[in-house]
Amino acid sequence: MREIFEATIERLFADLATPAYVMSCEGGEWPAELWAALDESGFTLAGVTEALGGAEASWADMYVLIRAAGRFSVPAPLGEALLGNWLLSRAGLEGRAGAISVAANADLVLEGERVYGTVYSVPWGRNVEAVVAIANSPTGVAHVVLLSRIAASELTLSLNVAGEPRDDLGFTSAQVLAQAPLPGGLDANVLELGGAMLRAAQTAGALHALLDMTANYAGERKQFGKAIGSFQAIQQQLAVFAEQAAAAGIAAEAAFTESSAGLAALTIAAAKISTAEAASVGASIAHSVHGAIGFTEEYPLHLLTRRLWAWRSEFGSASLWSQRLGTQICQGGSDGYWPLLTSHGQQPLTRLASNPV
Amino acid sequence: MAISQFSYSNIPPEAEALRTEVRAFILDTLADYPPTLSAQSWMGFDAEFSKKLGARGWVGMALPKAYGGGEAGPFARYVIIEELLAAGAPVSAHWIADRQSGPLINRFGTEQQKQHFLPAICRGESYFCIGMSEPNSGSDLASIKSTAVRDGDSWLVNGQKVWTTNAHHSQYMIALVRTGEKQAARHEGMSQFIVDLSLPGITIRPIRDLAGGEHFNEVFFDNVRLPADALIGTEGKGWDQVTAELAFERSGPERFLSCMALLKTLIDAVGKSPDALQAREIGRLSAKLLTLRNMSLSVTAQLAAGEHPAWAASCVKDLGNAFEQEIPEVAQLLLETEPRQDGGSEHARVLAYLTQMAPSFSLRGGTREILRGIIARGLGLR
Repeated sequence: MREIFEATIERLFADLATPAYVMSCEGGEWPAELWAALDESGFTLAGVTEALGGAEASWADMYVLIRAAGRFSVPAPLGEALLGNWLLSRAGLEGRAGAISVAANADLVLEGERVYGTVYSVPWGRNVEAVVAIANSPTGVAHVVLLSRIAASELTLSLNVAGEPRDDLGFTSAQVLAQAPLPGGLDANVLELGGAMLRAAQTAGALHALLDMTANYAGERKQFGKAIGSFQAIQQQLAVFAEQAAAAGIAAEAAFTESSAGLAALTIAAAKISTAEAASVGASIAHSVHGAIGFTEEYPLHLLTRRLWAWRSEFGSASLWSQRLGTQICQGGSDGYWPLLTSHGQQPLTRLASNPV
Repeated sequence: MAISQFSYSNIPPEAEALRTEVRAFILDTLADYPPTLSAQSWMGFDAEFSKKLGARGWVGMALPKAYGGGEAGPFARYVIIEELLAAGAPVSAHWIADRQSGPLINRFGTEQQKQHFLPAICRGESYFCIGMSEPNSGSDLASIKSTAVRDGDSWLVNGQKVWTTNAHHSQYMIALVRTGEKQAARHEGMSQFIVDLSLPGITIRPIRDLAGGEHFNEVFFDNVRLPADALIGTEGKGWDQVTAELAFERSGPERFLSCMALLKTLIDAVGKSPDALQAREIGRLSAKLLTLRNMSLSVTAQLAAGEHPAWAASCVKDLGNAFEQEIPEVAQLLLETEPRQDGGSEHARVLAYLTQMAPSFSLRGGTREILRGIIARGLGLR
């Protein structure tokens, strides 16, 4: 399934997600044409079981879709839709076609069929039709809920550093579109974990594209009578970039491959940390090698680098995930250290407060 | 592009099953093994331990059964060696023979050479070193000057090797020397020989390292007479044979686990209630370690598939060495522990030792600059 997915989506993005199109969507312009193509292809429902209207794709299959979205700087919540629909399906709810996003950070109470509270930093929150979130019943039982955007009583707009919407939505006695208890085996932070995994894959894809672009530029740009890529100083920088891009790619792929019905918390944490570091290093070297032209609006380098700067901090920064991982490691002591690392991500990661000291 | 070479490879269940077994063996054999010794990692020499491993079938385990091996897959070997390294077991005696010389002999050797050398390697009794660097040939390996000249039925070897790890403990060296006239192409005219280090004309002198340890050596050849069958592989093809080994040499877990002992003493010294910085740094390092392991496993899968992942192996080694070298720095950042050569806590002694060893990590097996040059070539820049 993976090969067909990848070939199909790359063709779709190459046709529609051109640099000019991506640029034109900045600031909250909904990519209607691109989303219609994604919807029509059925990609957004890939992770839903067949019984509930999807293709029952594994996370390993979906990895290539999300990585491709990163490679093409796709200005739309494809990953979020895949994650949201996967969670609906896991909770026994039908997948939802159309524009859908997720809220990893939610402060919601579910009373019967009605929801009160706020969801924060929802990707394309102003544009989507529905949002998947976790809400607690008055007795504290976590539920998966599907919220209608137009049912929101309050909308606070924000843009990330790449001009992508990250909006807060407030609800006052809003009727939910669907709800079910959070299934066993999933933690209440499942959307944060899933979101971190999405950003890891997008970052890996974007770094791959950025490395291609930068290596090509170094081969073409001439100074002192030869291509700048023939200077050792440039070669060594690009080698460091390539190592980081390779590390990001395998870390993200591991997170997806080791996730199935549950999400591989430890591996996802490692992926978010590794890709965030790679994003910093890669963006810095890409700009250094490109010189002033890469700093212009006209040249498309920033479509990738500004996304890398945005994505590395979304769904938990490297610091946050490092602190969670480190706390769990220290609690287990040195005897538990290596067994934890070789457990293939199946051990739960201790949940800490979202904003630890 | 080259980075597509990395794809995720999980350890198959039958190899994974060995983990419990080797952990039990380590617990049993190395009970109360102190961190100051495990800090030596794959520089720790213990022939008795190597023989015990050999008896379990864990040395040369991927070699054919006909020569004493176990015909195990590459992932089975991976599980064994990563468990040994993570525990800091003293694997130095057989390390080179297991990783490099055994597979080289199996690949390029004659039937007679295989029968002669491989069974003793698999028993954990036969130790090898690699004679590559010379006094004026380090990173520029193709500039070596040691020679082997045909003399009747034998070869006469003259010259000098340096930085040869474990030459003073090994029975054999696999040496790269010049056998041809100076060629137009600098990578031609070299051959590999299995040199019996007990032969007359060989002088081995340990070179003490900055921490007072004796791991590497200088080795002199003064009219050393080798039998005709000391040649391994094809005359004149030594360079190709050596570069074929490099992906094995540069991608294994020993390229990022050299400071495991310190990471463990650090975790315990920090304790169960780390502050924010301590938790972050330990978490960050551990994420890198997980990612490096996945990269290394990916190269293992490529090697098993008969590919030539020299590019990917260079990535593993360069990133891995940077990671290993960062650990003493982070240990210093997180705790007010003064490193101690003697006295002090175990953590202080491990910190002292590995702080001093760290510079060697990115020298042995290919320097940072050489590796990055290989990576740049893979990007189409050279």
